[in-house]
Amino acid sequence: MSLSHDDVKRIAKLSRIAVTDDELTAAQTQLNRIFGLIEEMRAVDTTGIEPMSHAQDVILRLRDDEATAPNRREAFQSVAPAVEDGLYLVPKVIE
Amino acid sequence: MIESSLKQLSAALAARQVSAVELAGEFLQRARQHNGELNAFITLDEQKTLAEAHDADVRRADGTAGPLTGIPVAHKDIFCQEGWLTTCGSKMLGNFVSPYSAHVIEQCRAAGLVTLGRTNMDEFAMGSSNENSFFGPVKNPWDKQAVPGGSSGGSAVAVAARLAPIATGTDTGGSIRQPAAFCGVTGIKPTYGVVSRFGMIAYASSLDQGGPFGKSAEDCALLLNVMAGFDTRDATSLQREREDYTRDLERPLAGLRVGLPREYFADGLASDVAAAIDAAIAEYKKLGAQIVEISLPNTRLAIPSYYVIAPAEASSNLSRFDGVRYGHRAADFDGLNGMYEQSRAEGFGWEVKRRILTGTYVLSHGYYDAYYLQAQKIRRIIANDFQAAFRDCDVIAGPVAPTTAWNLAEKADDPVAMYLADIYTLGVNLAGLPGMSVPVGFAANGRPVGLQLIGNYFDEARLLNVAHRFQQATDWHLRAPAL
Repeated sequence: MSLSHDDVKRIAKLSRIAVTDDELTAAQTQLNRIFGLIEEMRAVDTTGIEPMSHAQDVILRLRDDEATAPNRREAFQSVAPAVEDGLYLVPKVIE
Repeated sequence: MIESSLKQLSAALAARQVSAVELAGEFLQRARQHNGELNAFITLDEQKTLAEAHDADVRRADGTAGPLTGIPVAHKDIFCQEGWLTTCGSKMLGNFVSPYSAHVIEQCRAAGLVTLGRTNMDEFAMGSSNENSFFGPVKNPWDKQAVPGGSSGGSAVAVAARLAPIATGTDTGGSIRQPAAFCGVTGIKPTYGVVSRFGMIAYASSLDQGGPFGKSAEDCALLLNVMAGFDTRDATSLQREREDYTRDLERPLAGLRVGLPREYFADGLASDVAAAIDAAIAEYKKLGAQIVEISLPNTRLAIPSYYVIAPAEASSNLSRFDGVRYGHRAADFDGLNGMYEQSRAEGFGWEVKRRILTGTYVLSHGYYDAYYLQAQKIRRIIANDFQAAFRDCDVIAGPVAPTTAWNLAEKADDPVAMYLADIYTLGVNLAGLPGMSVPVGFAANGRPVGLQLIGNYFDEARLLNVAHRFQQATDWHLRAPAL
């Protein structure tokens, strides 16, 4: 299998990364080489093998339903690109 | 003081032969003097460092000090640290002064370790050569034409060049072990879940694990004692009894079964690396170890499995960088999606973009089963291979990397060549096992060679013991580059 120019354009769109035409071409070549490397894996017979998502069988811990984190809004918003009255500012999304 | 072990530094601080402020001053001066050519640090902040050192001296004076209080440590720029610029090697976080600290940082501060600075790294820990940093490549102090390895290249160089006695790092596919090997220092990646990932900027969450760099296994054990520990804020942090990782250092190695995976010594291993590894194995025989041949038959498959799973997790983790709550926001864009797309286009470097694109693709509709699920099944096969091997041996030994450090720019345009060089380290992360790198000599080109030791789950103390006994019998770990 091989990724087309349009495939790369589509995944760049899904990834929310703006790419120039030159970058698309470079990405297409490189991703196809990377998928060439990955291809080897697809031929392996994995019938009956349980997928392993994690190194340890972690059981999600429950905690008491209590507020523990202090309100540090000012500190956390101090690193935001644009805030006003404690709110994050983004371009208008609803007309 | 720069060649001293942590034990010696600790004794000197306790005996008031040196103050924490003096010690920090000495290392800071070296760091400043050599950072121009080595680029090991992204941030040095003398005022902050000396304030921490002063606090350590107060603790030494009032009797609240621990054994490591006053010892300087260099932190990989991936651990969020309150009040410090925390860039993760990226333009995306080029202005991010963290409002909170990682668990690892909290524990280091509680122990009284003094932050010497923040070390350079491949952007978002993606890379094997430290050339992917927005802040420029790091140079290998043994040969400034050579890469230091990655992604924790700055931390490895800081210790190798004696700019810091110890350093923190993270290892997702070899990012502690490989730079340790390339720079001739000792480093250990613990069992997944031993060190909390809270505040450690995520790359591939099911593989990322923090760990120490030091001049010796003993120094690594002492720093790991501080870094490890249960933390409720990391859902994968393991609730276990606190361990003293120095407890078994002196244990004799007689009868120890060392397994050599034949796949780690096959085609592709450079002959001078093989020679240094063979000499180390011979030393282990002298120390009473028994050498057994083992097989990890699916070693090669670790590369495709890793380069599906890690980018998949990265594409998800890095979606948080959207130019809204923190990080870079583009100046010019059109609408909300335009803001995301432009901010991410400007904030991320090319390797990071490539991995996000790869990850997005393997998780996209119609490809999930063929790539992501298949990679996770192979991950299980690889983990099972290790368990089968540990029936015949106590630890596994082999090379960390097929070659010594390559030249700067040599593989920079060839991601596949770079990925292939990770062949011996990736499996350990996929399985979640502890692994370490120990300096065992030099190749013909004068660049260091590292021996990889792999243990079963929670065998960190044993690995450190196996490394320590070797270091008692040899002096490779004491060699320092001429700067």
